[in-house]
Amino acid sequence: MPKLTVDGIELEVPQGATVLQACELAGKEIPRFCYHERLSIAGNCRMCLVEVAPGPPKPQASCALPAAEGQVIRTDSAMVKKAREGVMEFLLINHPLDCPICDQGGECDLQDQSVAYGRGSSRYHEHKRAVTEKYMGPLIKTTMTRCIHCTRCVRFSEEVAGVDEIGALYRGENTQITTYLERAAFHEMSANVIDLCPVGALTSRPYAFEARPWELKKTLGIDVSDACGANIRLDSRGREVLRILPRVNDDVNEEWISDKARYQVDGLTRRRLDAVWLRRDGKLEKASWDEAFKAIARVKPGASIAAVAGDMVDCETMFAAKALLGALGSTLLEGRQTGMDYDTSNLAAVNFNSTFAGIETADAILIVGSQVRTEAPLVNVRLRKAVKRGAKVFLVGPEWETTFGGEFLGENLSVLNALPAHVNEAMAKAERPTIIVGGGAIAKGAIPAALALGETWKVVREGWNGFNALHLAAARMGGLMLGFAQDGGIADLVAAKPKLLLSLGADEVDYAKFADSIVVYIGHHGDKGAHAADIILPAAAFSEKAGTYVNTEGRVQMADKAVFAPGDAREDWTILRALADALGVNVNFDSFEELRERMITAVPALGVEGLADYGKLPKAKKSAKADGVIGYPIRDFYLTNPIARASATMQRCSAELLHGQDFAEAAE
Amino acid sequence: MLEDRDRIFTNLYGYQPWNLAAARARGDWDNTKDILAKGQDAIIQEIKDSALRGRGGAGFPTGMKWSFMPKESKDGRPSFLVINADESEPGSCKDREIIRHDPHKLIEGALVAGFAMRARAAYIYIRGEYIREAETMFAAVAEAYAAGLIGRNACGSGYDFDVFVHRGAGAYICGEETAMIESLEGKKGQPRLKPPFPAGAGLYGCPTTVNNVESIAVAPTIMRRGAGWFASFGRDNNKGTKLFQISGHVEKPCVVEEAMSIPFRELIEKHCGGIRGGWDNLLAVIPGGSSVPLVPGDQCMDMPMDFDGCKEAGSGLGTAAVIVMDKSTDIVRAISRLSHFYMHESCGQCTPCREGTGWMYRVMERLRSGDADVSEIDLLWDVTKQVEGHTICALGDAAAWPIQGLIRHFRPELERRIAENGAMREAAE
Repeated sequence: MPKLTVDGIELEVPQGATVLQACELAGKEIPRFCYHERLSIAGNCRMCLVEVAPGPPKPQASCALPAAEGQVIRTDSAMVKKAREGVMEFLLINHPLDCPICDQGGECDLQDQSVAYGRGSSRYHEHKRAVTEKYMGPLIKTTMTRCIHCTRCVRFSEEVAGVDEIGALYRGENTQITTYLERAAFHEMSANVIDLCPVGALTSRPYAFEARPWELKKTLGIDVSDACGANIRLDSRGREVLRILPRVNDDVNEEWISDKARYQVDGLTRRRLDAVWLRRDGKLEKASWDEAFKAIARVKPGASIAAVAGDMVDCETMFAAKALLGALGSTLLEGRQTGMDYDTSNLAAVNFNSTFAGIETADAILIVGSQVRTEAPLVNVRLRKAVKRGAKVFLVGPEWETTFGGEFLGENLSVLNALPAHVNEAMAKAERPTIIVGGGAIAKGAIPAALALGETWKVVREGWNGFNALHLAAARMGGLMLGFAQDGGIADLVAAKPKLLLSLGADEVDYAKFADSIVVYIGHHGDKGAHAADIILPAAAFSEKAGTYVNTEGRVQMADKAVFAPGDAREDWTILRALADALGVNVNFDSFEELRERMITAVPALGVEGLADYGKLPKAKKSAKADGVIGYPIRDFYLTNPIARASATMQRCSAELLHGQDFAEAAE
Repeated sequence: MLEDRDRIFTNLYGYQPWNLAAARARGDWDNTKDILAKGQDAIIQEIKDSALRGRGGAGFPTGMKWSFMPKESKDGRPSFLVINADESEPGSCKDREIIRHDPHKLIEGALVAGFAMRARAAYIYIRGEYIREAETMFAAVAEAYAAGLIGRNACGSGYDFDVFVHRGAGAYICGEETAMIESLEGKKGQPRLKPPFPAGAGLYGCPTTVNNVESIAVAPTIMRRGAGWFASFGRDNNKGTKLFQISGHVEKPCVVEEAMSIPFRELIEKHCGGIRGGWDNLLAVIPGGSSVPLVPGDQCMDMPMDFDGCKEAGSGLGTAAVIVMDKSTDIVRAISRLSHFYMHESCGQCTPCREGTGWMYRVMERLRSGDADVSEIDLLWDVTKQVEGHTICALGDAAAWPIQGLIRHFRPELERRIAENGAMREAAE
């Protein structure tokens, strides 16, 4: 613990801290452009210069200098001020100063810091440098003349994303940041460079010229595009969510989100269900809420009612449906739309027990049937960190392009029954052995076999639980906690032949099997579920309702409502509440607060934000065997849910990045 | 004046062949095994005693640099010696002569130095434009391998030592030690942040020492003739002999080995036949290659040509690449050309150098034609001060110093041009 002095303040800083961190601990703000906590230190912007004694008689870059015992640091001396003003002047001489037409305006580091360190006017009377724009794909808009060469984007794609796609060409003042051969940056996290860029060089292409940051209402939300539960901020103006940005949460998403989480946002205003629809003579026609409820009441389902939850619904909606069915005397609830029927008697066996932050410390990892990169990009980032620390990774499943190396053992789950000796040895000898069972393997019933392997390798030990299931649906863990699971999966619902099927935004169900049921679709997009429905009740998307979500780690998180649902659409729970009246039963809640209260009474864990406790892993059956060729569930990363499918941005990403379609820049 | 018997580089002018047989006849590789047998610490001590200062420009004591290397590898990492033959400083051409005509001195030095610092191998990073020199180097290394002088059991000493020759691609910045390491690793030649210093984590993350060709090449001779002999030349703190490279407006430009601290006038008179047009015609001298400030002619006559002497004159010895300019020189244009060089060679990594070198060059160009305002001289001075000392490596300083030297000594000339240009413009209007 070195002791040092910052501007006369004596303090002790942790071992290994940099001078910049020491200054921050002392409450001094150090301007910076290239330094970023989550990236390696580049030390090239030279904005964070401070005066350090002992040391050479010149200012030092504080971001790169280790804090040492007895240092006397000055952040407010004339020398420091002059040095920083000099650097700021250099940064500005070739910067276009086109703030009025720059999307970064209002949230630009260069703007903010030039207020403190900039000169009133320019002394530079030469020609400014201009740099041609670079094509970085459908998500990232470039104005490279504004680039200050901090190389954050380069370091992000190299270190965090794990693809060497962005780099610097040429040298000196001709340096240009570009993608390799000016091809689109192609990975699932590419748009995070937009947040990282301290100036307006990399901005959001879909959001270009949409709004200024000070016009936007900021709402804290939870991402529902995958099961990671990334913490997001929804920026809205009026009734429209204009953009989604990540929030910092070191336990979940650090400060990244996937491109889908960020850019499916325009899907929220397209293909929306904003009116009630009734199927008359095989054709959907617009109707009123009253007509719809009367039509449902006429079915007189009694206890012959079932509910299927979609992948993006919140716990409150599911609980309201459960309460409704309970009042009618039915327990036919299911959330696993594609027919999975794994055992849910012990939720620890289907949970990501290591936690995302924990997986970074794993030293031997067996991934069974998960294309982590598309199924959970945020976990992929963590796996890469683990490998950087020296973890060995083995994968079972068809080969895919990992960003962390790893050895593929085979496509068939049967390799689990007889793993190669070196895999067994690595896993058995590891201090923190880890198994990740992905959606593709869960569907083939790999959990018992994985549990058996876990017991052999003792993946559960003091301070460590290395057994992980990686789900794909944001609603999955919440649904399982609320009992949206039948022993035989959705097949049980089919077998029960319900008169009425409530579909809570379920778009992946094979509705042909429910041909004899009246299907009531309560959802927000005109997708597969709506096409199959007999009655459509327009509901709210995730941005339009408050709700509780449980991610694949079993982490309970709550989101706020950003905007109102469009047209006639209502929040889901109000629809279910009204339905209870129509069907003549009492569900014992009249407000969202009451609903949440009742839900928490029923499942107390949903009332506490943070990791839910599922207890110990079940005893494994030693005889458990696995078999079957793994198929990954995600075929198109950009189009996995109804919101993304409705999004023009995601469609373009899919066409251009995954299907190689050329999009000529329109008449540029 | 240095006597012939005290010269280290006896084949500097290539009167004899460079090959192994000829080198051996000149005394190279003479019982190198005995030198190694003295032991690592003894060699480092001998170099320390000789007071040899690095010949690459900064003048850091060589023996001390070697002693920073770990005595034993605690984690199995090997150590490396990197020899900087990326001689790109305008005016500097001594390493070229050594490699052309005396490559075995360098290879033997590599073995001695590498052994002393417990290095596993030496990498000779040779400038891309030195095509014939690189060929010589490759051939000489092959000769040494074939003769068992390097490689396994080098010189029968029981020490395994490899020498690799690596060709650069012509970037000046790769002569900076950490940029050279990056380049050797196959990356873009951009200087690294220090700390960590190369002696802790250098090439491939292993302890590394980067030395200039001349520093390495003189080591075997120092070991043979003793530290006392080497230290008998030059003033205190500036010992030894040195290759001076005199170019520009002298009668006979040359590369010559001389004792340190020889006065400038003596150096020029003895070896170069004097200044073109006589001593009155001397305008200015850049004593250490393009990156040090110039010294006006009247101030440098009796300047001892060593680290301290040049420093006292407000300049630096650098690589001892003496650029002599007589009164026919357009001094502003000369410095402006150097500014262009630094703008062209800036790696672009850190802000002050990337943005500042271009700015400085453009103002210099306008000052050259007089198309400027007098206040811009102060502006330029300010800009050089904003670059100097604020960059990752020393290229920023190197770009700033020549301009500072110009403004310090030739401000009236700059003002005259501005005034003349203004008068002409007025006349035209």
